[in-house]
Amino acid sequence: MVRIWGSLTSATDGQADVEIEATTLKELLDGLSEKYPAIRPQLQRGVSVSIDGKIYNDSWFQPIKPDSEVVLLRRIVGG
Amino acid sequence: MSQIHVTTKINGDTTEYLCDPEETLLDVLRDRLALTGAKEGCGTGDCGACSVTVDGRLVCSCLTLGAEADGCEIDTIEGMADGEKLHPLQQKFLEHAALQCGICTPGILVAAKSLLEKNPSPTEEEARYWLAGNLCRCTGYDKIIRAVMDAAEEMRRAS
Amino acid sequence: MPLDDQTPGQKPGEARQFKVVGTRPLRPDGIDKVTGRARFGADMSAPGMLIGRVLRSPHAHARIRSIDASKAEALEGVKAVVTRADFGAGDDDVADILDNCMAGEKALYDGHAVAAVAATSAAIARKALKLIDVDYETLPHVVDVDAAMKPDAPVLHEGLSDETVPDGVSQNVVHRVEFGHGDVEAGFAKADKVLERSFKTAATHQGYIEPHACLATMGTDGIADLWVCTQGHYMVRNTCAAILGIDQGKLRVTASEIGGGFGGKTTVFLEPVALALSRKANRPVKMTMTREEVLRATGPTSSTSIDVKIGMNKDGKITAASADLRYQGGAYQGSPADMGSMTAFAPYDLENVKTVGWDVVTNRPKAAAYRAPGAPMAAFAVESVVDELAKGFGLDPLDVRLKNAAREGTKSSYGPTFPAIGLEATLQAAKDHPHWKAPLGPNQGRGVACGFWFNFGGDTCVSLNITPDGTVTLSEGNPDIGGSRASMSMMAAEELGIPYDQVRTVIADTGALGQNEVTDGSRVTFAVGLATIKAARNAKKVLCERAAMVWGIDPEAVEWADGCARPAGDNAGKFPPMSLKEIAAIASNTGGPVAGHFEVNAEGAGVSFATHMVDTEVDPETGAVKVVRYTVFQDAGKAVHPAYVEGQFQGGAVQGIGWALNEEYIYGEDGRLQNPGFLDYRIPVASDLPMIDTVILEIPNPGHPYGVRGVGETSIVPPLAAIANSVSEAAGVRMTDLPMSPPKVLAAIQNG
Repeated sequence: MVRIWGSLTSATDGQADVEIEATTLKELLDGLSEKYPAIRPQLQRGVSVSIDGKIYNDSWFQPIKPDSEVVLLRRIVGG
Repeated sequence: MSQIHVTTKINGDTTEYLCDPEETLLDVLRDRLALTGAKEGCGTGDCGACSVTVDGRLVCSCLTLGAEADGCEIDTIEGMADGEKLHPLQQKFLEHAALQCGICTPGILVAAKSLLEKNPSPTEEEARYWLAGNLCRCTGYDKIIRAVMDAAEEMRRAS
Repeated sequence: MPLDDQTPGQKPGEARQFKVVGTRPLRPDGIDKVTGRARFGADMSAPGMLIGRVLRSPHAHARIRSIDASKAEALEGVKAVVTRADFGAGDDDVADILDNCMAGEKALYDGHAVAAVAATSAAIARKALKLIDVDYETLPHVVDVDAAMKPDAPVLHEGLSDETVPDGVSQNVVHRVEFGHGDVEAGFAKADKVLERSFKTAATHQGYIEPHACLATMGTDGIADLWVCTQGHYMVRNTCAAILGIDQGKLRVTASEIGGGFGGKTTVFLEPVALALSRKANRPVKMTMTREEVLRATGPTSSTSIDVKIGMNKDGKITAASADLRYQGGAYQGSPADMGSMTAFAPYDLENVKTVGWDVVTNRPKAAAYRAPGAPMAAFAVESVVDELAKGFGLDPLDVRLKNAAREGTKSSYGPTFPAIGLEATLQAAKDHPHWKAPLGPNQGRGVACGFWFNFGGDTCVSLNITPDGTVTLSEGNPDIGGSRASMSMMAAEELGIPYDQVRTVIADTGALGQNEVTDGSRVTFAVGLATIKAARNAKKVLCERAAMVWGIDPEAVEWADGCARPAGDNAGKFPPMSLKEIAAIASNTGGPVAGHFEVNAEGAGVSFATHMVDTEVDPETGAVKVVRYTVFQDAGKAVHPAYVEGQFQGGAVQGIGWALNEEYIYGEDGRLQNPGFLDYRIPVASDLPMIDTVILEIPNPGHPYGVRGVGETSIVPPLAAIANSVSEAAGVRMTDLPMSPPKVLAAIQNG
């Protein structure tokens, strides 16, 4: 289960929580892209992913547990 | 355009240079004499990073012409420590962590030294107003003012 | 990669006793910086060096019909002139950056670079610029964010809007983003009071005292060296290589000491131009910006226009909250409207919340990151409305914030559920502090506000080498912007069990280490610190192996404690401890030099919260505002060097004071910046300010071996709101437009 931000729900038939089978971050992103092609432009622009409250930008093989809370975020920037 | 021959004393050493008539003292120090301790933060006398003293008077070297320094005594940050012994202000800036990036530090030290020569017991407010011509973007000035006040106290005790 | 978070031998939940971390040693670069010998960007020279200067557009928006540089090229002493024609197409990834460094078809803002020259002196270079003929066709311009969104606004780029932008707005709107959960309309319907307000904030500049500067050397074989003041020399390398079409490995970038950045030195401006000039002239080229160039052409932050609506019950409980955040990011996409939308309500535990962010382009310089990009303006708007509602119900504003505070288990407004966070601790500390109870004088007001920032990690490399005499050199790849070399030396010393002065940390050039993320996102003490600790642990493993060889026992039977290898227990055998120096002395005899290194993408940084409290006094006759007392309460996880943590808190607060009270980009009708200097763009000076008190809270970050959280950015998030709340109380009228300069405050008082 991955939670996505509001304006992306237009790509997921209005669903804010979508179901993707994934054990790693890469599987999650690939799964999202496959299931919801309309989300691809945003994935290409870059996203961050919060897994159990910690933010990940790039780590493909970051494990995702079955009960993990996963949230898609705009890519975090800093100053 | 002919250059001007200038004879000065810089940090106690007689120094001669040629400069263009429109060349600032800051450019002379930095580009001709390799004294890069004075910094150019604005070039308009607003930031104080280029502070030096000319005959004991605190100036922005970016607003002073190199040619004006003829016959003058100039003191810069490079002359502030006495050999291996740091000036009390320099030591207190380190102890109080009164610098983060350090770009404004030479100018602030030169200005603070000038303050303590004129007023060995400044109030916090006097120190803040004296240093109001020296911009620091990192520290919020808190630790700078504490370092200056602490150095003043130590110098009073020592004298 | 997964990181083992626990320190070996430490039980979960047990506070670690530190020997070096948490003390206040002198910084290793200190003497260089108090004697003037530290070398910043403009302090480097090379034999045969030329001076480069940039010609900039005097127009806010103009098509460049042609550029004729023949007269400039003919001037004695001019060795190269470059325009956009001297750059290739470049990668898509860097197209905007290239166009910002050197304009293509159009000049998009006052100060946009259109050509550059390299000459034997600055005077000749300046003269040459005047000889370049640029034929401009001026176009209508727009600098205000709301004006730029209107359907009939002058358009900067055709077809830039992406699929998220609805019909009916200008093509200047690049992107729309929405966050939140619940049903805000239902929530508002349940509230005892719903308050809606609109806010404006002006663009401000990071205001680092050191202008951009670099020294480039590039040969026709593509091998190049660059000396530059930057927050990330690896970023400079990669970006310049992409723009110039050269291999990253052939460009070696060395970071100078950096005279402030605050986000503004996380991209490139002069660097590709200096390299292109050097390639063309086949000589070293030095370039420095004037202050005017810094203000006209480098990254200010966004100006914003924000609407906030909050519903609250009489007991202070927030029932729903929404915000519409419009941020202009200058001439190219990428304003931090998304960050504003994610952070706006992050301090609150809300059932119903919605934020909408709009990224808008205007004829202004491309916005660069500025310390917690996008968050301070959003916090200003939200915290102002929370404050007004709380005071309207006669409630204590700290109690209202505590009542609604996000805590462990709160589903945040931007999505994730918070782990252990320190917001309540900062609010409680604020409530218990004497400042909160101190009496106020006439015309004074007190304001509080909360702020949130994410922090992040990113690619990081550290190499720790042990010299033959047993001292330690640590190489890292992140420019030291506020004392981080001291922190790294401390963490290495802590881990190795040796004195702080036995470790020297240097910032290595791009040839010495792998990729390093920019010094940004409050990441350095967290991520480089983490890599330093891991590198030291790797070195300790080797040191233990060497001792095991000497003792003839199993390496597993050796442990490291208090700077020595020791047999792990009685069964391992009885041997006197071997110190780091003893093992270093026999390194050649036991296999060779000893080193530890660590390379990681340090993900999983902890979020950070702060609460600020400020007293201001308003002069009712002039509208001038004086800050009379200021206290920062912030969670640092673990303060490695508390003096520099305090410094980050104080510096962020004072930048916020400038943003709240004085600083603003002022544009004329012609779209030209009217105040490109420190006289008219007024940052806070010493006499404007009181001491800035700080309270460091330490709620350990579980994602770091020592519990460290980034601290650099969060401190600029609350001040705009805290000061606005304070001034509004002192003036007796709600201030919604930043900066609260004397004319605005006076007008607000007079208009009641």
